[in-house]
Amino acid sequence: MSFFSDEQERQLFTTLETESKPLPGSDRRKFLASAIALLGAAGVAKSASASTANLPPQVPQWSKTLGPGVLTNPYGKPSHFESEVIRRTVPWLTADRISSVSMTPLASLSGIITPNSLVFERHHSGVPDIDPEQHRLVIHGLVEKPIILSMHDLQRFPSVTEIKFLECAANGGMEWKGPQMKSLQFSHGMLSCCEWTGVRLSTILAEVGIKPQAKWVLAEGADGAGMARSIPLEKALDDTIIVYAQNGEALRPEQGYPLRLLNPGWEGNTSIKWLRRLKISDKPWYMREETSKYTDLMDDGRARKFSFVQECNSVITSPAPEAPFKGPGWYRIEGFAWSGRGKIKAVDISLDGGNSWQQAELTGLVLSKSLTRFSIMHHWQGNPMLLQSRAVDETGYIQPTITQLRAERGTNSIYHKNSIHTWKLDANGEVSNVQLS
Amino acid sequence: MYNLVNTVSLKFFGLCAALLLSSALLQASEKTPQATYNQGAAFAIGSPASSTEIAGWDIDVRPDGVGLPVGSGSVEQGALLYEQKCAMCHGDFGEGAGRYPKLAGGEGSLQDARPEKTVGSYWPYTSTLWDYIRRAMPYYAPQSLQVDEVYSLTAYVLNLNDILDDDAVVDQQSLMQIEMPNRDGFYLDTRPDIQNDRCMQDCLKDTEQKLVSSLAQPQVDVD
Repeated sequence: MSFFSDEQERQLFTTLETESKPLPGSDRRKFLASAIALLGAAGVAKSASASTANLPPQVPQWSKTLGPGVLTNPYGKPSHFESEVIRRTVPWLTADRISSVSMTPLASLSGIITPNSLVFERHHSGVPDIDPEQHRLVIHGLVEKPIILSMHDLQRFPSVTEIKFLECAANGGMEWKGPQMKSLQFSHGMLSCCEWTGVRLSTILAEVGIKPQAKWVLAEGADGAGMARSIPLEKALDDTIIVYAQNGEALRPEQGYPLRLLNPGWEGNTSIKWLRRLKISDKPWYMREETSKYTDLMDDGRARKFSFVQECNSVITSPAPEAPFKGPGWYRIEGFAWSGRGKIKAVDISLDGGNSWQQAELTGLVLSKSLTRFSIMHHWQGNPMLLQSRAVDETGYIQPTITQLRAERGTNSIYHKNSIHTWKLDANGEVSNVQLS
Repeated sequence: MYNLVNTVSLKFFGLCAALLLSSALLQASEKTPQATYNQGAAFAIGSPASSTEIAGWDIDVRPDGVGLPVGSGSVEQGALLYEQKCAMCHGDFGEGAGRYPKLAGGEGSLQDARPEKTVGSYWPYTSTLWDYIRRAMPYYAPQSLQVDEVYSLTAYVLNLNDILDDDAVVDQQSLMQIEMPNRDGFYLDTRPDIQNDRCMQDCLKDTEQKLVSSLAQPQVDVD
């Protein structure tokens, strides 16, 4: 892999040739020869990085040459050295990639914000290509004044901006019966956290005037799945947002461009993407995604319905299978905690499979219904450990063990698995996914 | 005494002034956009939605039949349509192809180690089936079916699940009278359902823990 594309290399060489024209003949030849050598060296910089050529006391190759100029990437993209930091999917999970899911590389994130390019994806009929000029939101049903809003209309309302996590109800759902995902990305990666900007649904409902009988809101997407969910009016009037921007830019197509719903703290499926319609009613609809799917089947063969909230959860992101320890010494053991019911109050870490616990520090912002960072410093002696984290939220709810979850719900519910997670750290620093029960 | 009276009268005067002032403020605030908005009178942003405009998008159907359009379809018609438009993913008899959903079978399996959640074994209402076929099926061409075709396909899927006879015909009234086998199989979420302790030391003293490192067979259902 070269530092420069062929075109950039040609441009750079032309520049060098022009710039060196005033130099005397022999100096110019030397200058160009060294420039050519440097361009070649840049081309092998990646392989050289493993050697000592760029380490002190040597002056690194990149300090002795010119780099590409502004607007080389007008939108911008990460360093090519970060090319492994991408969303990934598990092929055997779904029939095809149109109705499928991809996961966020949690072990590679810093802070609490997930970059837009790495937010997990879940589509049921692929990503529609929506022209925002032609997109409309219709609000009707038990309202005084049914209206149609364009994207331009929506931008005129009072706006809110909030940092909230978004998590698929099935995050971790492959592991009710036992551990089977080889990485953090697959065990917990249907989870992201963004700064969302939009209009409170309550603002829009005040605009149309809801009738006294109103109790439910149907939110419906403009995708081929016509994804639709029934949302209780209490939630709609509480903190639901109609979102048009994430992390400072327009929503990404795979996140619902140009408009989506966001139900903070609730299972991701209720946060309807590509939002085209809101209908107010006195009863829920029992859509496919609130009967056949997104209902929690219990041991007795009955199922829980309208199970919206994502309960308090946490996971250690370092070390993790993707982030092993490399030799004994001091390490920061850290992770994410989150709760759909509010703020994280505390997180405890166990290094011995849950026998003893120490309280971790909450680092950075501690916000309601947001990812929250926790960490401890630990001097690792090179001994095998069983690492766990246990989060407590502001309601006093304590993250349960997998044994407690199974005793209460069995192993067939798919959704809402928020149990304490265990990583097995071996003496060589490698980490694997295990369960203690 | 004089001082006291004076203080009282001053207080009284102050109270009157405060009342007058707040009343003036209230009148002023009624004219602010925020006050107007709080009363639900709105910003008057957007366009009125006409009944014609709404009708084109108003496709949802409820279990009580609200939203179900006039029409009808037969198991026989549904079988022909299914073979052309559905069988490649859902299998000739609703058994599913590859990882695409199974539509039939699984009766009585909901307590099994590997339950089969199909239309017949799990779905509580026929309205959901009708609504979903209209809004999202066939997978490769959503919202392409005519109303009567949706009735026919609904009838055929119910027939695959032994809920309708081979010669059955359904319409907006008869579809609502069909009771699905698992209609009483759902109840409202009861979480939080688990109370863990925040034990800090010697938490496993009376506990035998078994370490499981990986499942032999992948569990595949995620949604």
